[in-house]
Amino acid sequence: MRIEPAGKLILGLGTGVAFGALLQKGRVGKYEVILDQLLLRDATVAKVMGTAMAVGAVGVHALVQSGRATYDIKPLRLVSILGGAVLFGSGMAVTGYCPGTTIAAVGEGRRDAVAGLLGMLTGAALFVRAYPRMKPVLEAGDRGKVTLPKATRTSPWPWVAGLATTVLAFAVADRLRR
Amino acid sequence: MNILEKKSWSPYAVGAGIGVLSWISFLTAKKPIGITTAFENTAAGLGQRFAPKASGVNAYLAKNEEVPKLDWEWMLAAGVALGSWLSSTASGDREAERVPAVWASRFGSSSVTRDVGAFIGGALMMFGARVAKGCTSGHAISGTQQLAASSWIFSPVMAAAAAGVARALFGKAAARAH
Repeated sequence: MRIEPAGKLILGLGTGVAFGALLQKGRVGKYEVILDQLLLRDATVAKVMGTAMAVGAVGVHALVQSGRATYDIKPLRLVSILGGAVLFGSGMAVTGYCPGTTIAAVGEGRRDAVAGLLGMLTGAALFVRAYPRMKPVLEAGDRGKVTLPKATRTSPWPWVAGLATTVLAFAVADRLRR
Repeated sequence: MNILEKKSWSPYAVGAGIGVLSWISFLTAKKPIGITTAFENTAAGLGQRFAPKASGVNAYLAKNEEVPKLDWEWMLAAGVALGSWLSSTASGDREAERVPAVWASRFGSSSVTRDVGAFIGGALMMFGARVAKGCTSGHAISGTQQLAASSWIFSPVMAAAAAGVARALFGKAAARAH
């Protein structure tokens, strides 16, 4: 087993502690909040994720363009993306947490999330077991690390501005409605 | 009052916090926030250590660039539990129902049934995450903010599948409960 240097591990732990505390304060490590989102009765999860996406996008693209970071893009493989998304969504509706929020729910003391966590480890083991046979299907039609700006030959900035404006407009409308 | 003692923060503030945390990840670790790769690495590592034959780990390792490791992302995943524990302990937000009401409205109040459901859902969700190489963190936050085409396909399909299955399972029962 490969082990990274201690500094990197401590950095990961610190990032995780901040992430876990944010998820807990955002109430998204709660079964009720996630199910209310999935049943379209509450938008807390969408607000958290939309804001994280838009705020994150501004900084990440700025960091990459100034040479202080590089993109880390997952490949566009339609079979694996569509198949994985359907399996993932179905499982999430049953367990009531996503992977990160399962761990946050465990930290919050939720016993059902512990069962979910063991299920997640089992799912990962089943993936390892099935991987050699699935590999040709998973990698079929690989289009590589495609981004929306690259595919349309545009700058990322109009996209980022669009995201930020959409989220900001949603937040303002939400505030005015109260 | 210390803000950590509050039970919840605005979802927009939490989302912005996660967005800034993703800048920090890119800047310090040169990596986006993700959760489920660590589960795949752990399952492969446990298989290698305890059940090299039954887990099929050798065929997996021969065909995959992922190796068992203890790294930044593994510590991040562990840190989420710690951060959520610290946050919920500081605010006293630790009295979750053993079986959530929405779940009980459809499947009854047995904690065993709930745990079995959480386990199966967790396994399905993790299998799907590894098929698609990402989850609500790796695709729906980190991937969308980088404008990855794969993540912009994964996220809506995953959300629609989750909402559809949640509606099929709980739609009627949840309506009755209200």
